[in-house]
Amino acid sequence: MGDNKMTASVSYIFLQHYWWVIGSLLASLLVFLMFVQGGQTFILGLGQEDTEKTMVVNALGRKWEFTFTTLVTFGGAMFASFPLFYATSFGGAYWVWMTILFSFIIQAVSYEFRSKPKNFLGAKTYEVFLFVNGLLGPLLIGTAVATFFTGSSFKLDEMNHVIWMSPWRGLEAVANPINVSLGLAVLFLARVLGLLYLMNTIDDDNLNVRARKKLTGNAIAFLVFFLTFVIWMVVARGYAYNAETKEVFIEPYKYLHNLLQMPVVLVILLVGVVLVLWGLFLALFRKSDNAIWHTGIGSVLTVFALLLTVGFNHTAFYPSSYDLQSSLSIENASSSLFTLKVMAWVSILVPFVLAYVWYAWKAINVKKITREEVSAAAGETHIY
Amino acid sequence: MFQNFDISLVDWSRGQFALTALYHWLFVPLTLGLSVIVAIMETIYVKTGNKAWKKITKFWMTIFGINFAIGVATGIILEFEFGTNWSKYSWFVGDIFGAPLAIEGILAFFMESTFIAVMFFGWEKVSKKFHLASTWLTALGSNLSALWILIANAWMQNPTGMHFNPDTARNEMVNFFDVALSPTAINKFLHTVSQAYVLASLVVLAISAWFLLKNRDILFAKRSIVVGSVFGLIGILLTIYTGDGSAQQVFKTQPMKFASMEALYEGQDHAPLIAFGITGSLDENNPGKYSFPVRIEVPGMLSYLSSHDANTFVPGIKDLINGNKEHNILSLAEKEERGYVAIMTLKEMKEARDTDPGKYKELRAKFEDPQWIKDYFAYFGYGYYKGENPAKLLPNIVMTFYSFHLMVLLGFFFLLVLLLALIWGVKDRIAGKKWFLWVLVWTAPLAYVATELGWITAEVGRQPWVVQDLMPNVTAVSNISAITVQVTFWLFTLTFTILAIAEIKIMFKQIKLGPKDGGQ
Ligand code: HDD
Ligand code: HEM
Ligand code: HEM
Repeated sequence: MGDNKMTASVSYIFLQHYWWVIGSLLASLLVFLMFVQGGQTFILGLGQEDTEKTMVVNALGRKWEFTFTTLVTFGGAMFASFPLFYATSFGGAYWVWMTILFSFIIQAVSYEFRSKPKNFLGAKTYEVFLFVNGLLGPLLIGTAVATFFTGSSFKLDEMNHVIWMSPWRGLEAVANPINVSLGLAVLFLARVLGLLYLMNTIDDDNLNVRARKKLTGNAIAFLVFFLTFVIWMVVARGYAYNAETKEVFIEPYKYLHNLLQMPVVLVILLVGVVLVLWGLFLALFRKSDNAIWHTGIGSVLTVFALLLTVGFNHTAFYPSSYDLQSSLSIENASSSLFTLKVMAWVSILVPFVLAYVWYAWKAINVKKITREEVSAAAGETHIY
Repeated sequence: MFQNFDISLVDWSRGQFALTALYHWLFVPLTLGLSVIVAIMETIYVKTGNKAWKKITKFWMTIFGINFAIGVATGIILEFEFGTNWSKYSWFVGDIFGAPLAIEGILAFFMESTFIAVMFFGWEKVSKKFHLASTWLTALGSNLSALWILIANAWMQNPTGMHFNPDTARNEMVNFFDVALSPTAINKFLHTVSQAYVLASLVVLAISAWFLLKNRDILFAKRSIVVGSVFGLIGILLTIYTGDGSAQQVFKTQPMKFASMEALYEGQDHAPLIAFGITGSLDENNPGKYSFPVRIEVPGMLSYLSSHDANTFVPGIKDLINGNKEHNILSLAEKEERGYVAIMTLKEMKEARDTDPGKYKELRAKFEDPQWIKDYFAYFGYGYYKGENPAKLLPNIVMTFYSFHLMVLLGFFFLLVLLLALIWGVKDRIAGKKWFLWVLVWTAPLAYVATELGWITAEVGRQPWVVQDLMPNVTAVSNISAITVQVTFWLFTLTFTILAIAEIKIMFKQIKLGPKDGGQ
């Protein structure tokens, strides 16, 4: 593969980096949007009577499609730009992905079906579905992303087909505490964002007080797990490859080196972390209802920087701990130059998409959700 | 060559894909069609300012929402299944096939999910015009998503716009427009979308007919019937027209599928179309040969369908197996031989890469030579079947035959039903014709049958190819155990069945509640 004459071309290398940026952006938006999942983990406890519960469900239910669509688009974008990653990770870590997908399947119907008469399973079941998705979605996605740093045990045969070494098919990742700590960090981040979002969207004193109470514990848990992961990352031995020979080798402090050698990424990371903390401070000590924006944008930047760290600077972003040379990097896993070019043209539309998403979002959120709105049965609005 | 492959894994993976796709397809056509119907109804409301039309719009929107949710639930799995279950395929063609999927996400799904939120929650929050625009954009988004996925599927049936890169052993895209605008893709898109409009119209008619039978919501029902039958009639005419176009494409690019659709064993000029037929037993000594105890034929019609010329020679299964010199058709054995040469050339080239640069260069050049590509590489997939029983290269003929014939039969039946509904609807005589109202009620399920049969024709008829002539299904599956796939197969069966039951119950309840109660 390495001797492909196009590999040397500058624009090819540029486009590989460009598509890693787009993929990382989608992934970091996904982490932010998982506030829906985080919010779902409170569905059984936060609202104490039916109207309150309905407000929570509706606040989240108006946004679930965005998270879902971002996940789907992330999958499609990786398929098109890094097909070897798509084939290796999905075909290899079968059970992790299947578990994640099942949790999203049951989510997709739950909002629409929950409050409808004759819904076969009963409202409670759909609430449990939402809870399960809220828990497993962020936890497993976080754990899977951690394997970008810690590695998985697979090898590629001479046709580049993946052979996965563990019969657990990816679920073995939970045996590594570092993977789990990132999984838990993402879960608690999602919960924090969920609470901040609900405080921002629902106009109800009781609910807001209760949400703020829950915020403290979740914020602390997030910080503990996140710091555990970051400290590990800074001192960890990482998977590097030689720019000339493409040979993969273990480099002590690889990720730290990446941050130092790419100061822009370091700055993004620091700004991200500061924004996350600033939002938490505002929400907890200034009783602000708008902290979702600070913490939300902060989490997008943080995740974005972490993914750039693991993808750029001659780093193998999907390393194999079993067979180093099978590790994937943006160079050896990408599509051909032509496809990346076509896709780059398509990506010009992304800002346009973001603009109309933003516009429509604002249009619906002009009024906060209130008791009156959700209890006006058979009114004008679609109620979940 | 087959000893290396785990056939039961292949079968379970095919079963799982077919299961999940058929389930997804239970919900997609209604989404595609109803989104447009709802937009038309809202347009009438905004133009006339008549509140009754708003109620009609909202009722059908509720039905749309319930169906949409489960369409999404069953869709996500399909997208990731290419990676989880067909990972070798994903790597072999991801360069081409991934692009439409990514574009679908970026362009279509975001449009759909953004504006669907405005459509459902924006009634009191945005202006009438913005709301109407959102409803139309939702419809556009769902139809665009159909476009991109069908381009992807059409490419598998008729791979164009690509080039094989021997160094990576992958197909790479060289012309995006050849992929996106191939005649197969265009026919497939138009045929599929138009039949989705037919299905949605028939559902609207069935529900409205039921209201008339129950003697309630009369005005609502009559109005819906008029909108539904006009839309459906346009749909069915386009369906028949593009179905004919699809058949011509199949004839050109997938002759084995075409022969199977008619179970045509011996090729002929002026080939007849079986208007009605019942297959008998399979001839032990001649793979693919079925007897026909009952058959009613239309002379020359199959030849006409293939190319709009009743004298065209249509090759039968026998010609495609044994070859036919007169008509320039290679035998399967010959194709296998040539494909094998291509596979071996690739293998030798790989071996020579590090040891013998001269030989490597020479072999590599072949993959750039148009004549060699046409003579050898074009049969790449057949090479895996060298020395195997030719029956392995035949699709399930009986299934392809029946599904095709039933689909076409139903198509003409729908044409008749929609015509009558329009005439009696416009003349306002429909409420008095009880028998016809019952026909309408029962035609809706038949629309679902027809649409699933269409996919069975298309997908079963192209077996064993995942990518026509290049990649057979045995070389496309992931390296997983058959048991793993069995577990997920049953999990999907269980989950989707439970969700489908819930959906149907909710749907029926909402229909019973009817437009009066707002139907939330
Ligand atoms: C209500 C559903 C419905 C109806 C009434 C028809 N079709 Fe159809 N047909 C489909 C629903 C469908 C479909 C589900 O949309 C398919 C499956 C794959 C595809 O591209 O469209 C399809 C495929 C399909 C194919 C195979 C295309 C391929 O393999 O790529 C052919 C040749 C036809 N159709 C031809 C017809 C003709 C001549 C019809 C005449 C009335 C007709 N269909 C009615
Ligand atoms: C939603 C409508 C669809 C339906 C109902 C459908 C149905 C089927 C069926 C019945 C099979 C199994 C055939 C057999 O094993 O004999 C199959 C196989 C397959 N189809 Fe489709 N299909 C649909 C859409 C698509 C699309 C859009 C694609 C690609 C973009 C696709 C790709 C495949 C693949 C990869 C297989 C498995 C490989 C194989 O068995 O050859 N299908 N599908
Ligand atoms: C086998 C290949 C297919 C894949 C990978 C696939 C993928 C998906 C996914 C991921 C979703 C959920 C999107 C969301 O987040 O909103 C979805 C929904 C949808 N898909 Fe498919 N799909 C397939 C077949 C088809 C076909 C053949 C069509 C149309 C011709 C189609 C049309 C739609 C539409 C209109 C939706 C919107 C939701 C709904 O219909 O209820 N899909 N699909």
